Amino acid sequence: ATCPRRWRPPCASRSSGSASASPCPTRRSRWAQRLSDSRRPGAVVAPGTPRRAQAAPGPRLGCPRPRGDTDSRAAGPLALARDLLAEGGEPFFVLNSDVICEFPFAALARFHRQHGGEGSIVVTRVEEPAKYGVVVSEPDSGRICRFVEKPRVFVSNKINAGLYIFSPGILQRIQLRPTSIEKEIFPAMAQDGQLYAMELQGFWMDIGQPKDFLTGMCMYLQALRAQHPEKLHSGPGVVGNVLVDPSAKIGANCVIGPNVTIGAGVVVEDGVRIKRCTVLQGARIRSHSWLESCIVGWSCSVGQWVRMENVTVLGEDVIVNDELYLNGANVLPHKSIAESVPEPRIIM
Amino acid sequence: MPLKAVILIGGPQKGTRFRPLSFEVPKPLFPVAGVPMVQHHIEACAKVPGLKEILLMGFYQPHEALSRFLAAAQQEFKIPIRYLQEYAALGTAGGIYHFRDQILAGGADAFFVLNADVCSEFPLQEMLDFRQQHGDTDSFVILGTTANRTQALNYGCIVANADTQEHYVEKPSTFVSEIINCGIYLFTPAIFQHIGQVFQRNQQELALEESSNGWQRAEVIRLEQDVFTALAGSGKLYVYKTDGFWSQIKSAGSAIYASRLYLNQYSQSHPERLAQNKPGGPIIRGNVYIHPTASVDSTAVLGPNVSIGEGVTVGAGVRIRESIILHGASLHDHTCVLNTIVGWDSTIGRWARVEGTPSDPNPNDPYAKIDSETLFRDGRLTPSITILGCSVTIPAEVVILNSIVLPHKELSRSYKNQIIL
Repeated sequence: ATCPRRWRPPCASRSSGSASASPCPTRRSRWAQRLSDSRRPGAVVAPGTPRRAQAAPGPRLGCPRPRGDTDSRAAGPLALARDLLAEGGEPFFVLNSDVICEFPFAALARFHRQHGGEGSIVVTRVEEPAKYGVVVSEPDSGRICRFVEKPRVFVSNKINAGLYIFSPGILQRIQLRPTSIEKEIFPAMAQDGQLYAMELQGFWMDIGQPKDFLTGMCMYLQALRAQHPEKLHSGPGVVGNVLVDPSAKIGANCVIGPNVTIGAGVVVEDGVRIKRCTVLQGARIRSHSWLESCIVGWSCSVGQWVRMENVTVLGEDVIVNDELYLNGANVLPHKSIAESVPEPRIIM
Repeated sequence: MPLKAVILIGGPQKGTRFRPLSFEVPKPLFPVAGVPMVQHHIEACAKVPGLKEILLMGFYQPHEALSRFLAAAQQEFKIPIRYLQEYAALGTAGGIYHFRDQILAGGADAFFVLNADVCSEFPLQEMLDFRQQHGDTDSFVILGTTANRTQALNYGCIVANADTQEHYVEKPSTFVSEIINCGIYLFTPAIFQHIGQVFQRNQQELALEESSNGWQRAEVIRLEQDVFTALAGSGKLYVYKTDGFWSQIKSAGSAIYASRLYLNQYSQSHPERLAQNKPGGPIIRGNVYIHPTASVDSTAVLGPNVSIGEGVTVGAGVRIRESIILHGASLHDHTCVLNTIVGWDSTIGRWARVEGTPSDPNPNDPYAKIDSETLFRDGRLTPSITILGCSVTIPAEVVILNSIVLPHKELSRSYKNQIIL
């Protein structure tokens, strides 16, 4: 699928769906976990999922990449996969890959069966609904009356959380052309009284922007602390919620955390301080450096005595020379940085 | 041939561009490459055979640091050194005119005059030989060096015919010459006649003028504007051109640059002052001075161009480059200090980054000199060397970039491009 533009640079070489918010499981396999927990067979469709479908019974992972025009909006690929989805006559989930939450698949499936309509969408409360598309629904049944895009006056504080479940009947509504499910399909379904809203419990974040990705990461780690604290890292020099891949190596006299995720094969040398960062697979952070609110891309090399802060994002295979200061730098992949970036900017 | 040297050290009203560093210690005592600025002058003078006495001249009030320094210097260099305090700021010529009897006492038939705020190779013997060569015992010699056309306008410009000066202009507004005045002179007693003439003229002018401006004094005489401009073309003023290193030390940035020049010179003149890589010691890159009482962790990486003062503590994994760390300062683990002057007894917390912007002259131009930038340009602080005044505390994990922190300030967050009062 086309990479959402806001997410560059890491995504210039990979789809945002594979940037892990946690080191071991990708988002895709976490959905799979949830699905099997919910004991409902169903296909998981996420734009851009690269893995091929497995022919085994039970939860099927991924789907064949839709052939043809991959520049469709979310609805287009559904039409392309029409045959796969319609087979079996069961409802199927549709997920936006750039949201993070606790993915209540079981509850959503139950909710959908109960009302019997064509579609259910998960909604979540936000503080600033005007930034998003707002959902107006009946309080008891959850039936959606209408959508309002970016309302200027307060209408509702519930927005579309990007998780849907549909009955196969929806496929009749979608034609084989670029279609926006939110703009074209949903309003029509709402008019027909076929769309219902289920309110999300727990955290939710749109992680399309690097700044929000880090916020979402913090929320996810907090939820992990509540539910599976044994998965978090602990030890000398670890502060707060920290997730470290077993294959990563952390040196002496480091202080890591709070809110840090460290990917597979990462090497953190001695005397490094990391706060509120995601460090992706294979990266190396050299000694005495200081990182706060950063995303360090796959296979990057951050030099010694480097200071990076304020949502600095390094794409894949970026080299940052020793003793530099990066403040809000967005660095595209395969770049070498030899000069400090004292004020936020993009390095191409 | 009895020789003397006079070092003009100015006073508190001068050297204001050196604030906040000049709040604690008189500018001439500020350490450059590990020793007080003026000690480099004294060392050079002491090397000249026949130099009988060194006179420091300025209008600082009696100062404990100054007296201690003079006592120590006398002991070390085995040459009489005295401080002559002007009763007011008398200008670069007014002071030596006022103290002419002291200077000439003991039958001195020639004397050097050196500005304290220059950094130089001090080719004093060469200047003496040069004067010997062309035979005129009543002539005066100015040390000159080459600057590029744009920067020459900031200095005293010398137009020379062969070696005699035809013309002298101080800080012209249009291009006059690339040869500039280094602030190091060799005079004979005859100079006092010429200064005396200027003094007379001033007095006459003052008498004519209405006494509106109370600060005007007849005794305030400037060598450059009042004496040299008149003497040029008289056949009495010679210029000895040098290609050796030379720089003014007007601002904190130029102190770091001057440090580098002197540290480079140490490899020939004082190799014992340069730190060496030793097992169990810190990693040294380039020229670094470390005071014997400083305590530096073996995982620290220092240099190039670093001076570590007395009693300084440098923690594990610290990186220092192009900086001067003054007495008693304490740098905690993993800090990174670049292009900075860290004031006396200051503290820098763990993982902090303290960084300035160098104002070095263009390395591709052999005649480029360091610019004395104005503090502000277009309403914003010009990026320059970061200065931490005396007893400043920088907390852990912050960044201090291109900022000046006044003494005794305890910071609580990061700062960039600011003067913190």
